[in-house]
Amino acid sequence: MTVVRDQLSHLQSLEAESIDIIREVAASFQRPVMMYSIGKDSSVMLHLARKAFHPGPIPFPMLHVDTTWKFREMIAFRDRTAKELGLDLIVHSNPDGVAQGMSPFVHGSRVYTDVMKTQALKQALSAGRFDCAIGGARRDEEKSRAKERIFSFRDRNHRWDPKTQRPELWNLWNTRIGPGESVRSFPLSNWTELDVWTYIHLEKIDVVPLYLAAKRPVVERDGVLIMVDDDRIPLEAGETPEMKSVRFRTLGCYPLSGAVESEAATLAEVITEMLVARSSERQGRVIDHDGDGSMEDKKKEGYF
Amino acid sequence: MDPRFDANTETIDEYLLRHERKQLLRFLTCGSVDDGKSTLIGRLLHDTKAIYEDQLAAVEGASKKYGTQAGQADLALLVDGLRSEREQGITIDVAYRYFSTEHRKFIVADTPGHEQYTRNMATGASTCDLAVLLVDARHGVSVQTRRHCVITSLLGIPKIIVAINKMDIVDWDQSVYDRIKADFEAFSEKLPSREQVFVPMSALHGDYVAEGSEKAPWYDGPCLLELLETMDIGSNEQDTPFRLPVNHVIRPDLDFRGFGGRIESGIVRPGDRVTVLPAGTESTVSRISTFDGDLEIAGAPRSVAIVLDDEIDASRGDMIVALKDQPTVADRVTADLVWMHEDPLQPGREFILRHGTRVTPCRVRRIAHRLDIDTLETVPCDGLGLNEIGRVELETDVPLVFDPYERVRGTGSLILIDRIGNWTMAAGMIRGKSSDLRWTAAPLSGADRHGDEGLVTLEEREKRFGQKPATILLTGLAGSGKTRIALMLERALFDLGRVAIRFDGTTMRQGLNRDLGFSAEDRSENLRRAMETAKLVNDEGIICVAAFVAPRSTTREKAADLVGPDRFLVVHCNAPLEHCRSLDPTGLYADAEARSLEGIPGISFDYETPENPDLSLPSHQIDPEESVNRILALMNERGFLR
Ligand SMILES: Nc1nc2c(ncn2[C@@H]2O[C@H](COP(=O)(O)OP(=O)(O)OP(=O)(O)O)[C@@H](O)[C@H]2O)c(=O)[nH]1
Ligand SMILES: [Mg+2]
Repeated sequence: MTVVRDQLSHLQSLEAESIDIIREVAASFQRPVMMYSIGKDSSVMLHLARKAFHPGPIPFPMLHVDTTWKFREMIAFRDRTAKELGLDLIVHSNPDGVAQGMSPFVHGSRVYTDVMKTQALKQALSAGRFDCAIGGARRDEEKSRAKERIFSFRDRNHRWDPKTQRPELWNLWNTRIGPGESVRSFPLSNWTELDVWTYIHLEKIDVVPLYLAAKRPVVERDGVLIMVDDDRIPLEAGETPEMKSVRFRTLGCYPLSGAVESEAATLAEVITEMLVARSSERQGRVIDHDGDGSMEDKKKEGYF
Repeated sequence: MDPRFDANTETIDEYLLRHERKQLLRFLTCGSVDDGKSTLIGRLLHDTKAIYEDQLAAVEGASKKYGTQAGQADLALLVDGLRSEREQGITIDVAYRYFSTEHRKFIVADTPGHEQYTRNMATGASTCDLAVLLVDARHGVSVQTRRHCVITSLLGIPKIIVAINKMDIVDWDQSVYDRIKADFEAFSEKLPSREQVFVPMSALHGDYVAEGSEKAPWYDGPCLLELLETMDIGSNEQDTPFRLPVNHVIRPDLDFRGFGGRIESGIVRPGDRVTVLPAGTESTVSRISTFDGDLEIAGAPRSVAIVLDDEIDASRGDMIVALKDQPTVADRVTADLVWMHEDPLQPGREFILRHGTRVTPCRVRRIAHRLDIDTLETVPCDGLGLNEIGRVELETDVPLVFDPYERVRGTGSLILIDRIGNWTMAAGMIRGKSSDLRWTAAPLSGADRHGDEGLVTLEEREKRFGQKPATILLTGLAGSGKTRIALMLERALFDLGRVAIRFDGTTMRQGLNRDLGFSAEDRSENLRRAMETAKLVNDEGIICVAAFVAPRSTTREKAADLVGPDRFLVVHCNAPLEHCRSLDPTGLYADAEARSLEGIPGISFDYETPENPDLSLPSHQIDPEESVNRILALMNERGFLR
């Protein structure tokens, strides 16, 4: 007797797990929302959400927390994607921060991140009365993320308490919460950076072109290449933007996202470069260098 | 980053394809506190080049502040990522890390050794195929080593590597290794068998971790990484029957209704006959719908949307299963629990139970026993404390559709959630339907000793009574004449000078079984206790006449096994239902109709006709005297009467 099997590849198993998690959120929460940060992980997550509910539409809105300092290409990509896929897109910026003219250049990355990201996120989640927010974080990204549950409980103040996480066994998610409490759900928990890029490559998922190398105007600050995306960046005396062939391994606010010099103009080339890279994707993120444990602290305060 | 990629010899697509096809192994490190689990993972990540330079630099920096290695890089800090972990130098919660080698991909869960955080260890272990259990060469096998070993065994992790670590501190002394190995074997022998291998090691210095070493010339086995790369992880979840718990019903318009879910077991193809449980509705799979097009075959653990031929109502919590090999449906199940909360479990407590995609209120009816971690004996208990392991009977509001955990993990596991605080209180492995398991449960330790030998032997009694003891089970529908025949049989035996006692459902329920009702489970338990009594009576040389409906053939088989098949006679009073109903000697059928009673054999559920009874009596055609004569003749023939 020949044994008939449906052999799943590694990415197919990861995909199956993620789809199951996304469906679980839709089925067990009243008001779920999916975080849409426009980056590569969000693009994969969005793709998985479309798969999870096919042939139906995605049954929850997308939330973009706009710090007002995103790369212009990201915003254009966001609006185009939302239109093409008919997404229910919510965009929120912290009005207080906007009124105060918050800028990472002026206020420093720590205060800026707190006001324009953490506080803005909490405002948007509270305003929407969302009881579950799906995020694209992966455990391989950072050491405190490696510790987080797939369904991660948040108290009334959106805080994470890493010392009292609920046990999480098998795929028997505990999605139960009290009034005002919420859950952050991470369907990409078990994906690695290489998995994400390979999946984008194989599934032909559209990503922001900033991930691919092109000549772009950059200045070097503290060893980090910052792209001059608009004229809000205060150039120091004698500082002139240089055109360099660069790309980004992670995308966020342009003043906080370091570029890497690269000639990789296709996904295949990007992956090739990644395989020989000797530093992590997080290295280009300015906010992660605020100290050992800074990510954990931000997450305790409600940051994604 | 992958040092195994060489752009000169293969294209990126070739590389990715190769990488995609690697087998995935999920494993965990466990063992007592400070045995070196995190150091080992740090070492593995480091030696397999899964660490980026900036990450290593960060660890070197942090080592100056927190490290235990006098300023040297403390590789445990690669995994101990929480502030309190770094400050205290211990692991609190499980960390998941990812790496790959030439042959396999790995997801590793580094779990805490501290007893207080056992629940986090269980969290990490629940999804693993293999456990690496560390033992500190200086301390040997400790309570916590045993606890972790038992948990990995209960969770059904099929392979275990016992790494005897810190061999550097004991100068690679072979006798230390041998002694710990022997200790461990003596303990694990009492657990269900599984593949178990030992390796000596220094996680700190990397000996026998990713490469062999000269340190232990007396050890000629492979290093840990080689074991991880080569140990067979054969069990395939597609070999068991098809099970799909419905997660989310996809219904975008009237033309499409897809039952979205993840296949927990087996494979499915269009055209397959399936049943939706617990309702029991049968149908045929018409499509396996996915975003990438319909599939011709789908197997676990794929997420799909199943479209059925008929307009069938199924919702989240229900399960679609193979028609020809169905799981058990029951609202009373027996499960082994790992209790994970400070407040102890008390019998009678109510919880929210999650099993598959089903969420239902449930109650702990009984705690059967607790497992003693040191001796692996089952001991009686009133409750289960934090991190204790015990067997319980659960009663659920909605029946569960399950397979025993050892058969299908995905449909045999459950969690209990606190109704108010919503905390996850326990992890459970379903062993079976409670009523079934009670028949075979072993006595608790302390209760398992044999009683003293009596001063009167069975032979002496047999001689005096002129009989060999037997149990005559009179089975048949209510009203089939069982009781009448039993009464007359008892009289006839007495008149012949023999010693017999008689009981039936009604007499049992007056005392011994007055806590039981008429559900299928309670009927089964009623018969079990009666049969235990019959066995005691038979052991004393006395004949037992037992009149019970005993509608299930499986239950009758269990009864025979319990009493002893060679002294158990099944006598079927085969009067048909219409006859019994028209006669209705006790008014039961009339009552049932008038008050729509549940639990009437032959009406609310089937009476399964015995296939090979020792005697079949047409009790509606012959009178009771004739029935008794036939039974006596049978007893004579079989040598029970002399
Ligand atoms: N000499 C020696 N020391 C070791 C070895 N492995 C670990 N250690 C040391 O043992 C101590 C505890 O190591 P960890 O890796 O944190 O232990 P753990 O098992 O992860 O501890 P918990 O997670 O808190 O249970 C550290 O100081 C390590 O450097 C070894 O092979 N030899
Ligand atoms: Mg540790």
